[in-house]
Amino acid sequence: MPAIEVAALERAFDDVKAVQGVDLEVAEGEIYGFLGPNGAGKTTTVRMLTTLLLPTAGRATVAGHDVVGEAREVRATIGVALQEAALDPLMTGRELIRLQATLQGLPGAEGRRRADSLLERVDLSAAADRRVGGYSGGMKRRLDLAAALVHEPRVLFLDEPTTGLDPVSRKTIWEEVRSLNDDGTTVFLTTQYLEEADQLADNVAIIDGGRIVAEGTPAALKADIGDPHIRLQLEEGSAAEAERALGAVGRLLPAVDGETVMVEVSDGAAEIPAVVRALDEAGVAVGALELVHPTLDDVFVAKTGRHIPTDEDPA
Amino acid sequence: MSALGTNLRVVRALGLRSIRQTFRRPQLLAPIVVFPTILLAIQTGGAGSAVDLPGFPEVQSFLQFMLAGAMMQSLMLAGNSGGIAFAVDIEMGFTDRLFAAPISRFTIVLGRLAGTAALGLFSALWFLAIGLVFGAEIESGVWGALIAIVLVTASATAVGGIGAAIALRTGSASVVQGLFPLVLVVLFVSSAFFPVDLMIEPAKAIAEYNPMSFIVEGIREPIISGVHASDLIGAVAAILGIFALGLLLSARALRHRLRVG
Repeated sequence: MPAIEVAALERAFDDVKAVQGVDLEVAEGEIYGFLGPNGAGKTTTVRMLTTLLLPTAGRATVAGHDVVGEAREVRATIGVALQEAALDPLMTGRELIRLQATLQGLPGAEGRRRADSLLERVDLSAAADRRVGGYSGGMKRRLDLAAALVHEPRVLFLDEPTTGLDPVSRKTIWEEVRSLNDDGTTVFLTTQYLEEADQLADNVAIIDGGRIVAEGTPAALKADIGDPHIRLQLEEGSAAEAERALGAVGRLLPAVDGETVMVEVSDGAAEIPAVVRALDEAGVAVGALELVHPTLDDVFVAKTGRHIPTDEDPA
Repeated sequence: MSALGTNLRVVRALGLRSIRQTFRRPQLLAPIVVFPTILLAIQTGGAGSAVDLPGFPEVQSFLQFMLAGAMMQSLMLAGNSGGIAFAVDIEMGFTDRLFAAPISRFTIVLGRLAGTAALGLFSALWFLAIGLVFGAEIESGVWGALIAIVLVTASATAVGGIGAAIALRTGSASVVQGLFPLVLVVLFVSSAFFPVDLMIEPAKAIAEYNPMSFIVEGIREPIISGVHASDLIGAVAAILGIFALGLLLSARALRHRLRVG
């Protein structure tokens, strides 16, 4: 049985269709990346799957339970860490986790034990009795994650868990997500960061304008776009000469400028010697050479015609 | 643990959080304790000779008369503060954490009301203590004090239901905060600060039918004279009416919130 199964899911807000006929399936024990720019429909989808918002059409089940008809059973099975870590700044970290344990129906002693253990796990024991308002962004995210884990959920929803975090805090969250997944937790992760989806997810769905535009493993999605290419910065000789020499090695990609040549290579790094030999024989000197693999951004570009902007991009 | 047991534990936990939140956020506590205490001091000090007016009820002192009004003001502002805190929870997404838990969602409203009830209890004890310290007597003794405490606590819960409903419906702390002057208007057209018989029309007619007047009289009578069944029944009926209205509006607002997200 899939951990999450979604069929023709839709959500409209008045005349605006935020989610339009989303279909997806998440297998038990996988990390599923839901990638898309701001406003693509990621959070709306998560809110429907976590029973916080009613769909206007379609159907979804989580851990075998219908998100509308069996909402309470769904909520007993899932852990949720929503965007912008919804924490009360006046509570202490320990108070928050204990409250979460009570909300999940854990007996008092068990709740206290789990709270202590989770605070230790996310390295917040020392700050556990400080008010959350004084925590850094990374600490808040770790606390939010710990709160979502207090009842050992089968399915964990993480809505943009690293947005706005520094690289070190981001890596810490990634490690924790991997560790949870190793323990058997299914993770549904929304993100606007390509690298995050690429690094963490077993399968990725790319959403834009409320519709899924691509789905598959990161490797398969990138492979669909095409082979890797070698990017050559010329030092001596013309681009035309280089292109003549490389024509037999692989498919030439459109030139960026007169000093850079790109050639697609089906076998990746294994073809670098052949490229170098061909250029050497043609008397073309290369200043720099880079093997470039397709990225999920390339996939997004191929499907939508534009790049994924993130919150960190300059306006 | 049974579902009922779990829900009761959640109500208790959310009630305790609500109390802590109030005491950790001075702007929520000030309207409940500081403002009514200052107003009580000003009115008692400045209008004490009102007790000599013809038609003014027989009272030991103006302070004794005013205690019920101060408690009424405090409990209504406790309900308003509870609504503001609830709306802040909605604004910062904290209620999503609660809505995503496997509990009855109405438990979340009841948890908030439990906290407001505790603040009502605190308010009753605070003003009774002030009254006793400054020489006001509770004419009907311990039982009268207990009745006043129970009525204040229950009224705070009932008024809190209206605050919670507005918070759920609007999701905006500033809207709930904007009702602050309305609370004072409702109080001034009741018998909270002045006897109805000494008011002039149309305030007198409004005050006679204002449910807050019934509650105030239920609280005041045990303090200034004795326990009267008619005043008690009127107060309980008004509290139940407001409580039922608050729960009904909260339930509707809760459904609306889950529909619109």
